[in-house]
Formats: sequence, structure tokens, C-alpha cells
Amino acid sequence: MSGFRLPEPHGTRIDRTRPIPFLFNGKVLAGFRGDTLASALLANGVRLVGRSYKLHRARGVFGCGFEEPNAIVDLVDGERRTPDVRATTLELTEGLAAQSVNCWPSVGLDFGAVLGAFAPFLPAGFYYKTFMWPDWHWFEPAIRWMAGLGRTSLAPDRDRYEEICVDADVAVVGGGIAGLSAAVAAAEAGAATTLLCAAPAAGGALGWRGDATVRALLAKAGRAGVTLLTRTVAFGVYDHGLLCATESLAAATPGTHGALRERLWKIRARSIVSAQGAFERPMLFPGNDRPGVMLAGAAEKYAHAHATACGRRAVIAANADSAYAVARSLRAAGIEIVAVVDRRPPESIGAHAEGVRCLAHHGIRQVIGGRGVRGCVVVDADAPGDRGERLDCDLILSAGGFAPAVHLHSQAKGRLRWLEDAAMFVPDGAAPGLHSVGACAGVFARSAALEHAAEVGRSLALGFTVPPPPVGGAGRSLASSRIPGVRGKIFLDLQNDVTVSDVSLAAAENYRSVEHLKRYTTTGMATDQGKTSNVNALVLMGEATQRAPAEVGTTTFRPPFAPVSFGALVGRRVGNRYRPLKRLPAAGWHAEHGALFELFGNWSRPAGYPRADESLESAAQREAETVRGAVGVFDGSPLGKIEIWGADAAEFLDLMYVGTMSSLAPGQARYGLLLNEHGVIVDDGVVARLGTGHFWVNTTSAGVERTAAAFEEWLQCEYPNLRALVTPVTSRWGNVTVSGPKAWATLATIGLDRRFAPETMQHMTIADGEFDGSPVRILRASFTGELSYEINVPVERTRDLLERVWAAAAPLGGCPYGIEALEILRTEKGYLHVGVDTDGTTLPGDVGFARGLERKRANFVGRRSLLRPAARNPGRSRLVGLKPADGRTRLPVGAQIANAPPPTATEGHVTSSHWSPTLRAPVALAMLARGAERLGETVGVHHLGQRIDAIVVATSWIDPEGKRLHG
Amino acid sequence: MMKIPCPHCGVRDENEFQCGGTAHLARPALDASDREWGEYLYFRDNPKGSHRERWRHAYGCGRWFNVVRDTLTHEISAVYPITETPAR
Repeated sequence: MSGFRLPEPHGTRIDRTRPIPFLFNGKVLAGFRGDTLASALLANGVRLVGRSYKLHRARGVFGCGFEEPNAIVDLVDGERRTPDVRATTLELTEGLAAQSVNCWPSVGLDFGAVLGAFAPFLPAGFYYKTFMWPDWHWFEPAIRWMAGLGRTSLAPDRDRYEEICVDADVAVVGGGIAGLSAAVAAAEAGAATTLLCAAPAAGGALGWRGDATVRALLAKAGRAGVTLLTRTVAFGVYDHGLLCATESLAAATPGTHGALRERLWKIRARSIVSAQGAFERPMLFPGNDRPGVMLAGAAEKYAHAHATACGRRAVIAANADSAYAVARSLRAAGIEIVAVVDRRPPESIGAHAEGVRCLAHHGIRQVIGGRGVRGCVVVDADAPGDRGERLDCDLILSAGGFAPAVHLHSQAKGRLRWLEDAAMFVPDGAAPGLHSVGACAGVFARSAALEHAAEVGRSLALGFTVPPPPVGGAGRSLASSRIPGVRGKIFLDLQNDVTVSDVSLAAAENYRSVEHLKRYTTTGMATDQGKTSNVNALVLMGEATQRAPAEVGTTTFRPPFAPVSFGALVGRRVGNRYRPLKRLPAAGWHAEHGALFELFGNWSRPAGYPRADESLESAAQREAETVRGAVGVFDGSPLGKIEIWGADAAEFLDLMYVGTMSSLAPGQARYGLLLNEHGVIVDDGVVARLGTGHFWVNTTSAGVERTAAAFEEWLQCEYPNLRALVTPVTSRWGNVTVSGPKAWATLATIGLDRRFAPETMQHMTIADGEFDGSPVRILRASFTGELSYEINVPVERTRDLLERVWAAAAPLGGCPYGIEALEILRTEKGYLHVGVDTDGTTLPGDVGFARGLERKRANFVGRRSLLRPAARNPGRSRLVGLKPADGRTRLPVGAQIANAPPPTATEGHVTSSHWSPTLRAPVALAMLARGAERLGETVGVHHLGQRIDAIVVATSWIDPEGKRLHG
Repeated sequence: MMKIPCPHCGVRDENEFQCGGTAHLARPALDASDREWGEYLYFRDNPKGSHRERWRHAYGCGRWFNVVRDTLTHEISAVYPITETPAR
């Protein structure tokens, strides 16, 4: 327990009149409005906030913002659970309950911490090297259990998320002094300007210091009409000036379930200004991960903004002039500064703090205190083996220099250059469409940043040339703050437990590319994406391979800058908004007649009409039997319907389908297979000719959009001279299909014109007519093998027609039938179901449609592919029928066919399988190698270790001659 | 997400469009050799820089058109009708 609350006037961001109780690991604590969870924990003296990812080492708050590697918590609120939240950017709200991650049973007593004892055996590439033998899968469950950070909720997310798209002339990211200055200048010059600020209030570091210029700029921003978005994190720059950001609204409605939680902003900006500032770079010394070691700038912010002292006696480990400003500032707050231990030689030190002891050219050799700093041992940088001097302290502050936040610049494909003096990467010129200002551009002097940013804002608004940034003002820093030769574990990436020796090992194993180094050691791959570790890693990699950091280069910066919740990205595209449900026009009628609806594609359709004592399966048996014996009524409205018009419509359809459609006389219909350029069957259906230049195309229900799109593409791109028009009309027409030996009897009863009788209207013909004052388009085609009428009616008349048909069918012993019965009926007939019996390799010949192809004149889509040697291989699969040798065992769909017991090469598989109520025996379809030559052969069908003998038969079990089709 | 100038509807966001891949592929005749046909089906250039490709304004006018896009910078330097074939 070392942190505590400082008296007023400290705490520019907190409201002491508004205490807020909260829970941390089950314990009730209190903070103030304006606290972050991290500042409140520190003020309550909490040091241990979590355990590290790999070694389960004790860790405390390290930073104060997006760079935080350690203080990662799960928020728990009833069934809502938000994993891996940074305590440093989380606003304290009433009733907030947080839990440490990655520790079991508790953060203080952690089972995984015993792993620390095995640390020498967990080097870089440990997983690749160790768990190879005998099998990774032996180890995987235990490793998965121990690995990872937070846990997510398994309950559905009841909160709401939304998305908003806006345009801006200038979008500025970062609400610090540079960002404010740029935004104000742009807006004052007339540009529509949006300013995105991650914090609850704009102002940045100078804002919480109470800077007067920042206050003035904030007032000007309001007057100039800058759109200010607070609590909004810009996470990515994408093509053509698209800037994406998430606005958090959770703090506004804490505890409320179902409230708007996050808003995704998609800002299309003519120009983007990045003013994201810089991250502090940690010092590299043994024990630099212990609770009580933290970034110097963070400690300063906690003291001033949140009135939170992180300790009573601090040692500052320095590699930058910023250490001295922090020393002065904390000293003024009443925190004792034991010493500034500056790693740099005296001539590089460009600042001092009055009354503070400075040990130049020194560094920390050892940190004392495992669960919390109690002191450290410092040595001369040239004598790492000396006894050194012990300094008692409860806080070690790391001031290792700065790493400009070049994330957005790099995402926008901007280049970087290495500043040797300040030891940092800065933008090398502007990125396309994105300019950097302030610290993220390498401009650290306050007045220079202010002026340059204003100039950038104005220039972008007025279309002037943008001035380059006056880089400088950070003083001098060493590239590497490590003292060569000190012993002990020096952490590079705190969240992923990557140490300095891991980098050396990777270099020794000849990893040279920075991208490989990153992945092998996992540096920068945690939720913080290496904001505190990347530059140190590059420097160390350079040292190990005798290269300058500029030669090592950086890894690719990719979005997101900070983790983004799936909810924010998904927005309102969930459930029905993600995949709209398609309902039948007469859905109500089906429901009234006992339909059991299931999803087929996006269509909600009756799977069957089970009676009270029936399962769906027994209902389907009864329905199928009724269709064969009497009559069935089926809603075929989802069937794909496309009209093709034009003088060249016939020629066009010849190019699209395997069958020849131009030879159809008006009123005739033909079955057609649709192929892709690979010759593979992608759809099937019936093409009917209504007139010389007018066709009616039925596709599968699932394939109609795809098919219409393919028609359009061929027509527009490859055959633009053909005069043909493609019009999808699926939703315009309902479809009532009447099928069975009593189909015509049913339709005659309702008074359908006698010219539609089977004696005058033949199978595979189409005719328009009128019924009940509505146009009807009747197609005599059959997917059941029985006499069938597909009656298309204007969609709003579907229910009327169904009711009329049903009134006639019911007394004749008919029933409505669903998809399950249809599947039985078509399997009994061996009719193809594209996508069920076929897959992405099935050619027409494989399903028995190769006849007459050579004689067709037109070069239809996919034709050339059917001539390839592979397409003509006699060993190809062929659709066949299978019946079990014992006459009663059902053959499971997907079961493999092979005569030798597995493991062996497969000869095919079962594609469709049903019990036939008519035959009182199982029927199945299968794709079988050389199937056409194997009729009568007994084959082995293998399923879950069992072999079922089956006999290869022809694909039509019932009425192979097709007599029943004609009534 | 790119901004794509549809020649019929004007500049719209990429998510209104569908990319149809490389433009101006010559479809070999039925008597082409297996090699020629295989090249047409399976082999595509993958240039770094300027690339001619066809796009469809799927959630708009539904028309296909050609686009010249830089595969590195995503800059779109030209759009032209689907029936137009540029001089090589």
C-alpha cells in the first residue's frame, strides 16, 4: 500500500464532492468522479492489479492511457462481461465492478505464478520448440486454459450499438494543444472540422495542467464551429480518407442494460490531421516490471489530474530531459524524489531539477521487492559488476524518452525516419491525405507545436501547401537505456512477458527481419500492440545484429490503434437486420394449417404439417404418401423467377444453359443446367418460352439472385450486342403447386379452364390464363414425379388461390406438403437437388446430362471446360441410386463408400437418403466413382466405424418411364 | 474503404460495389488448347501498380464498368464503359 490521495489544489480532473464507490476483485473501494479506474486504484493504495500473460508475474499500473500493458481488467455487471479493458482509460462510474485477469484463484494467490520458477525454460519460441512431441494436442487444453487474458460473457449482448457516416473537410485526431490549434485554425478558415478526442474532455496534458492557452483554444473551437467528439478513439485510417473511430457512451449510462453503448464513426475526410501525441518509452533495467515501476509521465498525470500520488519516495530512472520536469512537478506535490538516475553521460543532459540528486551515467542494477518496490540498487554504467548504491524508495519512475504515436501516419502509408539524437521514429514527410502535428510529428516544443499546427490547419482549409513540422525539442536520449552486462530479467514487452534475452536469443537463432522477430518473440502482439515495447525491441534487435534502428525498420502498423469491440463494428446489423427473413406471401394460411416453419436459405418455409401425434418425420412420410396416392398442395412461391425479353433472348439463353432453349416453340418448357466457366453445375431449373422474344426462367430458390447477377454480367460484359433484358420477378409472383394423381380433379373442381386439363396441356408446357379475375401463369413441370401444376399468381392473390385449391383438395383426400416430403418424393424419382447431390466439382456428365452436348451449336458457359482431360476421365463420379442390401438400414448422408475398411481411398459418398413410404424401403442417392458401370454391384458404406452393404441401382425407383407425370 | 466514381450514379462508397476482377480477359474460342483455356481460367497477373478491373454498382444502377486502380495506393485514375477496350 503506497499510493494515496493528494490534497487540493491537485486533481484538476476530479470532483471531490462526487465520491463513487466501486468494486475491485470483490472489495468495495471509493474514488471520485473524474477518476479513471487506474487512478482510483492507485489512490486506494492498490499495487497489484493483475498477472502477466506468460509468467504470471505480479504487475501494477504502468501507464495512464492506451499504452497500458498491465492494468487490464474484466468488467462484470450482471450477465454483461466486458473483457480486457484498460483501467487507465476507463472512467470510474457508479457501481463499476472490475476483476483482475489471468489469475486463478486470485490475483494475490495465483496458481500460474509457479510458472515463474520455470521462467528459464520458457524462452522465445518456447511453444514451437517444446510441445512438438508427441503431439501438440496433448498440451493444448492446459495451455489454452492458462493462456489468454479476460473472459467474455456467453450471454447475448443486450446493449445497442450504432454507426454514423459523416463527411468532413478536416478531421483532427487528438484533443491536445496541437490538435486543438489545428482544428481551430481550420475551422476559422472556413473548413468543416471535426475534432476527435479520446478523453472525456479535450485539452490533453496541458489541459490537466490548467494551461491558459488550452482554455482559450477550447473556447475558440466552440465559437469557430468545430465539431468536438469526446470519448472518441480514432482507431484506423483507411482508403480514400476514411477515418474510423468509436465513441464510448457507456459512461453516460452506467449499469443500464439495453442502452446505446458505442457509436462507430465513419468519417470521410478530405484531410486528416494526426495529433495523437507521444508515448513514453520505458527504461530497460532488471526488475523493470515490478509493481511500483511505472512511466514517469503517468505518475505526473495521476498527481495533477487525479490528485493521486503513486508513492511517497520515488527514484526516477531517466534517459530523457523530461525526467527533470517530472521531478520538479512531483516534488512540488510533496512526493520525495530520492534521485534521478540518468543513464546518459553528463554532456547529454539538458535539464536539471533544483534540489534533486542526480546520478549521471548511472542505471538501476536491481529492483528490491517482488510484489512492490522497496528500493533499488544503482551502479555506474561503466561498472555494472560493482556493488553499487542502494536507494530506498516505493516508486521507480521510468523516463526513457518518447515514441511519437505514428500509428495513423503509418496506417496511411506514411514513411518514418529515425532521429539519432532523440532516439525516436518520426514521420518522414506527410502521409497521403494525412498530416501530423505536435509530438506525434516529433515537435516537442510547446510554442513550435502550437504555431505549426495552426499553420497546418489553415493550409488544409485553404488548399495551401502544408509546412513541414519543426521537429525537435525533446532533448537527447540514448537508443538503448540498458547497461550492458547487468544481470537479471529485463522486460521489454510487459503484457506478453518478452524479455531482452528473448530478443538476443532470436537474433542468435538468425531471426533478422523485424516482422519475424515480432512473431517469434511475440513482442508487440498483445492487446496494447507494443505501444511501450516496439521501439525498445527495434533498438535491441539492431544491437544484436549490429544494425542501426533505421536499418532494422519498424513492423507494419495496422488498424486498430486500440482494441475495438465487435459490437461497435457490427452496429445494428444483428439478427433480422443482418439476414432479413423472407416470409411466404401466404405464411398465415400455412400457420393455420399446422405448418412447422424452418429456414431454407433465408426463407421461412413449412418443413411439414405435423398433426398433434406426429413428428416432422412421420408427417413427411404421410404427406409424401398422400401426394403419390391422391393430391398434395405445396407453396412454391420462393422458386426463382426471371423473365428474359428481347429479340435475342433465345440466343442468350442458349449461351447460358447446357440445354438448347432456342428450339423451344412458344408454350414449351425444358429443363436446364446452369454451369460456371469451370463446367461445374451451379443451378438448375426450367426454361419456358412464352413468346418469340419472351422467356420464363425458373431457378432454384436459393440460386435466383446469383443466377440473375450472372446473366447480367454475361450480358453486359461479354455479349453486349445481344438484345435481351433480364428481369427478376420472384417476389412478384406467388406459386401454388398442385401435385398428385388427383391434381387435375382438384383444379377442375375449382373451375380452372378445361384447356389446362392434362389431355390438352402436356407435361413441360406453359400457358397464361385467368382465374378468379387474376392472371395466372401455369407451368406443367414436376419435381415429385406426379401430375403437377405450378400455378403462378400475382403475389397478393396467393392466399386466395391456396384457399380455393385447398377447399377442393381436402375432400379428395389431399394434404398440404412441406419441404421434407418434397425431398422424399424427388429422391424416390432420382431428381437432382443442386448443392445437395452436387458439389463444387460436379459436371453435367457426372449426373447423366452429357448426351447431345457435342451437337449443340452455341458455345454455352462452361462448355470448353467439359472438354478438358479431367472432365472426360472415365474414373469420374456418377450419380447413382443405392439401396441397402438388407432392405431396411437407412444409409446416412455423407457416409463414405469404399470396399476396403477405412482408412482407405474413398470411392464416393451418399448425397441424399430417405425412407420411402411408397416402397416401404430406404432410398438413397450417391456420387460413386465409375458409378454408371457398377449397377448391381455391392459396395461398402462406412459410417462411424460401421459398414453397411449397399447395392448400386438406377436413380429412379418409382415410375422410371415417367407415366405418372401425364396424369 | 475506397470511393468509386460510378459512371452512371457518381461517387459512392466501395461497399455499394462488387469487384469482378481483371478486365479485358480474352475468352478463348471453343477450339482453344487446354493450355490456353487453363491460362484463361486460372492464371491472373498480380501487378503492383496500375490494374484494369471491372466493377459493378451492385447496390445502385447495377451496371458493370471498367476501373483503372493502383493496387498499391488504391488510387482510381479512370473509369470507362464496359464495352470500351483501351489500346494496349
